[in-house]
Amino acid sequence: MSTRLSKGGRLIDRAKRLNFTFNGKPMQGFAGDTLASALLGAGQVMLGRSFKYHRPRGIVASGVEEPNALVGLGRNARFEPDQRTTTTELFEGAETRSQNHWPNLDYDIGEINDAFYKFLPAGFYYKTFMAPQAAWKHLFEPIIRKSAGLGGVPKEADPDRYEQAYAYCDVLVVGGGVAGLAAALREGRAGKRVWLIEQTAHWGGRTPVDGGQIDGFEACDWIKTTLQELEGMANVTLRTRLMAAGQHDHGYVIGLESVGDTRPGADIPRHRLWRIRAGRTITATGAIERPLAFAANDVPGVMLASAVRDYVVNWAVSPGDRTVIVTNNDDAYRTALVLLDAGLTVPAIIDAREATHGALPQEVKARGVRVLEGRGVARVLGRKQVKGVEICAQAGEGGAIETIECDCVAMSGGWSPVVHLWSHCGGKLIWDAGQAMFRPDPERPPLGADGTAMVQAVGAANGDLTLAATMGGAGLGACSSDEAPMTPVWQMPASAPVALRFKSFLDFQNDVKVSDVQLAAREGFESVEHTKRYTTLGMATDQGKLSNINGLAVLSDALGQPIPATGTTTFRPPYTPISFGAITGEAKGALFQPLRRTPIQSWHEAHHAHWEPVGQWRRPYCYPKSGETHREAVNREITNTRANVGLLDASTLGKIVVKGPDAGRFLDMLYTNMMSTLPVGKCRYGLMCNENGFLMDDGVVARLSDDSWLCHTTSGGADHIHGWMEDWLQCEWWDWKVYTANLTEQFAQIAVVGPKARELLNRLGGIDVSREALPFMQWIEGRLGGFDARIFRISFSGELSYEIAVPASQGLALWEKLVTEGKDLGVMPYGTEALHVMRAEKGFIMIGDETDGTVIPQDLGLTWAISKKKTDFLGKRAQQRPHMTDPNRWKLVGLETLDGSVIPDGSYAPAEGHNANGQRNTQGRVTSTYYSPTIGKGIAMGLVLNGPDRMGEVIEFTGEGEARIKARITDPVFYDKDGEKQNV
Amino acid sequence: MLTLTCPCCGITAEETEFAPGGEAHLKRFGPDSSDADFEGYLFARKNPKGVHFERWRHAYGCGKWFMAARCTATLEVFGTYAAQTTKPPADIVKKIKAKRPEWEPQA
Amino acid sequence: MKRYSMFAVAREAMRYHAGWERAWRSPEPKKRYKVIVVGAGGHGLATAYYLGKVHGITDVAVIEKGWLGGGNTGRNTTIIRSNYLQDASAAIFDKALQLYEGLSRDLNYNVMFSPRGLLMLAQSEHERRGYQRTVHANGLQGVSTQWITPERVKELVPILNIDGPRYPVLGALYQERGGTARHDAVAWGYARACSNMGMDIIQQTEVTGIRRQGDKVAGVTTTRGEIDCEQLAIVVAGHSSVLAEMAGFRLPIESVALQAWVSEPIKPAIDVVVMANLVHGYLSQSDKGELVIGGGTDGFNNYTQRGSWHHVEETTRALVETFPIISRLKMLRQWGGIVDMTGDRSPILSKTPVEGIFVNCGWGTGGFKSIPGSGFAMAELIACGYSPLAAEFNLNRFKEGRFIDESVAAGVAH
Repeated sequence: MSTRLSKGGRLIDRAKRLNFTFNGKPMQGFAGDTLASALLGAGQVMLGRSFKYHRPRGIVASGVEEPNALVGLGRNARFEPDQRTTTTELFEGAETRSQNHWPNLDYDIGEINDAFYKFLPAGFYYKTFMAPQAAWKHLFEPIIRKSAGLGGVPKEADPDRYEQAYAYCDVLVVGGGVAGLAAALREGRAGKRVWLIEQTAHWGGRTPVDGGQIDGFEACDWIKTTLQELEGMANVTLRTRLMAAGQHDHGYVIGLESVGDTRPGADIPRHRLWRIRAGRTITATGAIERPLAFAANDVPGVMLASAVRDYVVNWAVSPGDRTVIVTNNDDAYRTALVLLDAGLTVPAIIDAREATHGALPQEVKARGVRVLEGRGVARVLGRKQVKGVEICAQAGEGGAIETIECDCVAMSGGWSPVVHLWSHCGGKLIWDAGQAMFRPDPERPPLGADGTAMVQAVGAANGDLTLAATMGGAGLGACSSDEAPMTPVWQMPASAPVALRFKSFLDFQNDVKVSDVQLAAREGFESVEHTKRYTTLGMATDQGKLSNINGLAVLSDALGQPIPATGTTTFRPPYTPISFGAITGEAKGALFQPLRRTPIQSWHEAHHAHWEPVGQWRRPYCYPKSGETHREAVNREITNTRANVGLLDASTLGKIVVKGPDAGRFLDMLYTNMMSTLPVGKCRYGLMCNENGFLMDDGVVARLSDDSWLCHTTSGGADHIHGWMEDWLQCEWWDWKVYTANLTEQFAQIAVVGPKARELLNRLGGIDVSREALPFMQWIEGRLGGFDARIFRISFSGELSYEIAVPASQGLALWEKLVTEGKDLGVMPYGTEALHVMRAEKGFIMIGDETDGTVIPQDLGLTWAISKKKTDFLGKRAQQRPHMTDPNRWKLVGLETLDGSVIPDGSYAPAEGHNANGQRNTQGRVTSTYYSPTIGKGIAMGLVLNGPDRMGEVIEFTGEGEARIKARITDPVFYDKDGEKQNV
Repeated sequence: MLTLTCPCCGITAEETEFAPGGEAHLKRFGPDSSDADFEGYLFARKNPKGVHFERWRHAYGCGKWFMAARCTATLEVFGTYAAQTTKPPADIVKKIKAKRPEWEPQA
Repeated sequence: MKRYSMFAVAREAMRYHAGWERAWRSPEPKKRYKVIVVGAGGHGLATAYYLGKVHGITDVAVIEKGWLGGGNTGRNTTIIRSNYLQDASAAIFDKALQLYEGLSRDLNYNVMFSPRGLLMLAQSEHERRGYQRTVHANGLQGVSTQWITPERVKELVPILNIDGPRYPVLGALYQERGGTARHDAVAWGYARACSNMGMDIIQQTEVTGIRRQGDKVAGVTTTRGEIDCEQLAIVVAGHSSVLAEMAGFRLPIESVALQAWVSEPIKPAIDVVVMANLVHGYLSQSDKGELVIGGGTDGFNNYTQRGSWHHVEETTRALVETFPIISRLKMLRQWGGIVDMTGDRSPILSKTPVEGIFVNCGWGTGGFKSIPGSGFAMAELIACGYSPLAAEFNLNRFKEGRFIDESVAAGVAH
């Protein structure tokens, strides 16, 4: 059983005890512990259940590669599933729970899967559960879904805060081990702007555990001095707890910094997402030890050899009293030395190699440890905790030679460089047969914006596994124990029979075994990507950090091809999982997206507007009074506007000034009708089409002066239309002398609408807005009631109507003044829905309702707004194409239901018969449909086949389900056909 | 996440500061053009796996459109230049040829 | 071919699964075939499958540059739906959905088609009207969809926040028959069935040239030599322009990167597929427990299978806003695919200027859901010279201005 040692532990502070719980059981650890070291220290070896077979699992590793020891952390709104205990720092009050079992960790019903393991090999689900058809959805899938998944589902919204930040540097060094420190030192001394980041809370990487000398100093001293020098450099930034998640194109690196993980509830961000732009990335991300594939290598207590010594040295935790070491290399002997130094027992070292002559084995032998050469583990004994190992000849088939009792197995299959950042943007790898690993190919690095290498790998990440090689790469002398060559071992024993291969795990979390990869190869899944997807190898939360190389070696062997011919799967970001919260940053709730506010927004808020999102604006849909439904409010607003006077906040309307000697010529190209001939002081309604001929935007254009026009656009279209104008001016007609300015937010605009509108403006005074002084479709400027106003006499409702533009800063005051002055006139604000209904009553089209990106002006009876004289305008050529001139295009008409009801939104008019694909033919559709309080019944506009030629005809529209609604085709103008209301 | 240098204001900025605008140097065909020319203008696109000339707008900066020569297979940017041209300028072409001798500008 | 079944698995279990044979053969290419399909993704394999199954044409080779199913088939978010607005789209996508419904049994391969239901949220009045229009159109197209209230949305997806401060949910377009399938299995199942019909699936073989005799196709040149054919189908998604150029014509296609990512696996949290188009995010949960998320496309041409990071932020934000409980979950893996976008964002299934050459491309972001329908229509087009399902998707539509525009339902804001 694991336990806390009484001495040592370089990272823990024994003076600071921290309380935490595991499955409700109180435990204690020390400041500096990870959850994993604290749990092990408290004697908790079994921590969870595996994904598929629900086998008992314990801690394998001491870092990011951990596949098993994931827990649910925290409670209620701060609950987080799948938390990796090996990288989570312990904090006071941490609540942890094991995952993927029912009813509890010790007794798990799901374990039945393990008993039936033979029936559940890789991909068994592709071959079964096919009949009957409904069974997958209703029976098999729900069972599989419940059994799969790991952690629990959070139940509440996350109360924590997340930050995002930018950093720019010449060189980003990733990894605070000795290779990274040396690289940062070199670049820092060269005067580069350097960022050095380290994912853990500590500098030095593995070296403080493994020891050695650098540049004549003890490694730990060298680390300390180097850090001091780096800290003294103004051009160098050092940050711990910051993990480089992904290397993206053009030197963009995403990093995740853990800020408040250990202080839940504190007023600091939990995570900080860094967006780092680096001229160059130096990846000093080290290497990860590989497990060995032997039967029952997943029993709790079987760990990586390096992890065993990490726990002893860093946290003074003994993973077991008797640790058998199984290896194919010299490095694992360091674990024996550490264990012996801590007073623990190493009953034997099982070395797959035939002979061990290296310095480390000699040292270990000299201390009296049995070293069994040419041997392997046939199987591990025990289920919830290692009880022993059966030893066999590595070259054989697993016949047991002897059994050794132990409670921990430390395994080492060699090391794999962490090449993720090198590979994310296409850096290539080469196979290093001597060390049995893929390492970066310096000839084929990932390329940056300028086509040169964007990433450089150093140290163990570059395949320089020993301290001497690493520091040699940095131009520094170093010494550590010499290591004899390793021997690749992909299966232990080499000729393991199938029964053993069925229990030799490659991917611990996903329960992928040697036999699964071999099955995939047999069935023709020859590509490594096929095998990965068929077996799920490397698809667990560790993303194959432990399993990938072993898996593809087994695959290569099964296919009878060398490992480089198999290749690796693609490395994808993030290096380790990063929270969605951090990716979201502050952009949630009220800050989810920028909110554009009109100058009058606060008034609408104070008067309980019901909102409608329009792009990033929010416009009042209506202003319900207490007890009123939205529908009632809209009807009231319409009735009042038509009877008295209404106010609309039209500030969101696009306002673009187009100015210059060629402005008229330019607008003639942009609009379908003629704008150059518009006299100063007058307004004209215009249509804009795209080059495909489709109607894109509309609005009233006012000529402000000889060389300037003001173009009103739709609220949603302003930015797009402004960009559209600039596109043509800069890229096509760049010799035309025209300037544009989008003044949408510079002005507040208020529509004063209704029979009493003129009286209301007269009360403000200062500008003559009489019929004679300001006729329909003209504008005037002046001081209106003390405001700097430009008044357009235009109407989208059919009523007497003025749109008053004032500088944005005066908007609210003008609005309030109009409300006050108009009180006895019955002035009321109205929202977008009333606007829509009133324009529909008048038969005016609305971009986005009558148009949908496939409608041309000719469809809408707007031929009068298309110039016949102009030789060219945007969209003209497109409108000559056969489909555009087809007489069978649907055309705009009005629709009146026979029973007065409202046709539903989006309704279609079915026609006789079916098309070649068996779909019902159609002859039209509704584009706008409302209840008109003015007319007292449902009115609609729609596009109908030959519609204008079918006035008075009754056709059917689809209602709810199979219901049909009869409607008569009419003129689209329902209200005041002669325009008498607005012409007063 | 690209970085691009706006040739108008000289600023090198994040991709998010720019708006992409598709293939560069398209010739506009208007009312008197043939069906084939007009279709080609609207739809036929060079979509090379390699060197590509394209339009960008410094939308959240100076607002100017410009052109970029970029490799769609490696994302290398060979250079950016003013939008007021009908074909890639000679110095850009020369620069690309120096790096990609096998490359030929497409008609 | 040994049939797959629960009994077969049980039988094999007794001998440690030593008796399974290859799912598909790996043959040497012959000198000539009646039909060559370039591209062994879902669409290419389905084309071959229905050529054999429906039209009896089995002298077919499917040539693949990499490994089968390794392109967009194996890197999409596996959503299946047919609630399209335009008749032509609804027809082909619903054909696909119908074929998906029986595909596992048809192929004797469990593609795990899961009709768990699909919601498209309406979060503006404009979107609401658009989706209600789709419901009406679908009704006449024989595609069953319905408009549901926010309360019903909440019932179906308890983790969804229908009262967000910015874009409250006004209702949703619900297709009960929509869902997901296991994407790799679709490719593998078709490949196995094609191989079983005697077709040759030739992987790791790149087409480097297309040979013509006058205006007619003669064959292809590959990294494994020349192969002749009578008919050639180009079904290579993002690489369509490159192949078309070899054949001497140009396509209205641009290739851009589209990204997706998954969370770490958790227990069942969401039982339907949700698309929130106004805020640009969609989400479902795989059988393995990962939340599967799709992002937006880049606006620039790209062949790297890597997209720009800002899409990950934008979409994740949209989903955290829509599903607040996911904030503390973690992104496990992100990846990209190269999608082929046409001028109207609808696909092309068409004859080409070269006699005997057919293209099937332009599926953009919607390729996976259409695979069986696309293959069915394409096979019909090749075998019979005409397919009603494919008719509207011909290349001529761009000349005529006859768009099939699906952005209509969720188009411009007013």
